[in-house]
Amino acid sequence: MLEILQNLNLTPFLLSFKLASITTLILFVISLPLAWYLSQTTSKIKPFLEAITALPLVLPPSVLGFYILISLSQNSPVGSFFNEHFNVSLVFNFSGLVIASCFYSLPFMVQPLQSGFEHINKSMLEASYISGKSKFETLLRVALPNIKPSLLTAIVVTFAHTVGEFGVVLMVGGSIPDETKVASVAIYEMVEIMDYQNAHIYSAIMVLMSFLVLLSVYMFNSKQNNKFAGFHK
Amino acid sequence: MIKIDINKKLHGSNADMQLKVDLEIKENEFVALSGESGSGKTTLLRVLAGLEEAEGTIQVGSQIWQDSKSSLAPQKREIGFVFQDYALFDNMSVGQNLLFVNKDQNLCDHLLSITGMSELKKRSPNTLSGGQKQRVSLCRAMMKRPKLLLMDEPLSALDPYMRSKLQREILTLHKEFGTTTIMVSHDPSEIYRLSSRVIVLNQGQIINDGSAKDILLKTTGSAKFSFKGELLEIVKVDVIYIAIISIAQQLVEVVITADQAKSLSVGSIVNVSTKAFSPTITL
Repeated sequence: MLEILQNLNLTPFLLSFKLASITTLILFVISLPLAWYLSQTTSKIKPFLEAITALPLVLPPSVLGFYILISLSQNSPVGSFFNEHFNVSLVFNFSGLVIASCFYSLPFMVQPLQSGFEHINKSMLEASYISGKSKFETLLRVALPNIKPSLLTAIVVTFAHTVGEFGVVLMVGGSIPDETKVASVAIYEMVEIMDYQNAHIYSAIMVLMSFLVLLSVYMFNSKQNNKFAGFHK
Repeated sequence: MIKIDINKKLHGSNADMQLKVDLEIKENEFVALSGESGSGKTTLLRVLAGLEEAEGTIQVGSQIWQDSKSSLAPQKREIGFVFQDYALFDNMSVGQNLLFVNKDQNLCDHLLSITGMSELKKRSPNTLSGGQKQRVSLCRAMMKRPKLLLMDEPLSALDPYMRSKLQREILTLHKEFGTTTIMVSHDPSEIYRLSSRVIVLNQGQIINDGSAKDILLKTTGSAKFSFKGELLEIVKVDVIYIAIISIAQQLVEVVITADQAKSLSVGSIVNVSTKAFSPTITL
């Protein structure tokens, strides 16, 4: 048993976590202003933006993967631009995976943040404006610290969802060892070649880690809700 | 001098109406804004604060806050605003709430000591009582040394004892900082104690404007005093009848005749008034 574990190739897991970390970071930067805007605006384009943001939730990963593949391939304007100017290809490599994951996991970052912002007492934000603080400063110093549970949920669920993605990754990245072969793809391949032993181990690791991540989120959130009895530093 | 001349369409609960206010307020004046709910009081405050848009002009001293061309952002207006629901920053301690506005430690300590909150400087707002929260909110509003202090029913959620304590503190701060204050209130004793001028709004229009005494004293004819109250019980004691009436959270006894005892029903709202020294009671 120990021997099996020692011979285990952990690269797919490392790749999954690297992908998830980078995706989460990029999505956080993109989603923060987007979620804030959606929570504050009464504009008519709000429902359109919300619908576009939520699309990855309902579309089959193959559809999303197909369009991303088409629009990033070297024959596409975007793909050929990057190829000519930066000499990089955006499909079947790690960069392509990051771009695809950002599309795929977008709603998991935007929606909890938006819902958190929408539940903030409006007069708290107005009090900050009247105190002379800009919208940006209000976002950072008043809004964000008051939605900690939503913030944590957004980050963790985005991370976990990116680790767990399969269809889009397979379509855009293929299965190149040490480059695009993430854990979920590796398990798929093991099952295909009937290597059930390793598939078992990989799957068990995924289940355990996902459970621990979610457990810590829920534990933190219930603690946050009970917290308001203490002193501030 | 503050000159307000604004116009705004409001979507009231019953029908749309026009908020139309043309007003001049002297410096250091304490104005109470009264009127039924939905008459536009809160909207007027919010327009003054720049939180809502309206047509017209607002001029404070020599500074134009709003005219037909431009409107100053809330950040740039020298106002303090006390919200009915306190609106404290839950992620900051009491002291941090004040220092968020302005990093003046001395002013912060001074305000907290005037309101008796010094001991609670490090506490989280969530651990405070309603009266304490509203004190923090008031102190926070003063941290900007505002020219104009706006308060939207700041004391309506508090018990009578807390109210009168906070009323004194509001008055102290109003005088010490030399602000012009506009406060939405429904409580006659509060209005009388604090304000130098009362403005009554109805359906978006000013229907009354004068001193608290002129507007609030409600005795008519030769009555020396007159109160509305609820008849709680009629008790027969020997040959007389005593009515027990609740007036503004106090119970009083009034002697009534047998005929009155028959004609009055428990639960009805009655007027208790006196001419000279014999109280009379009427429906």
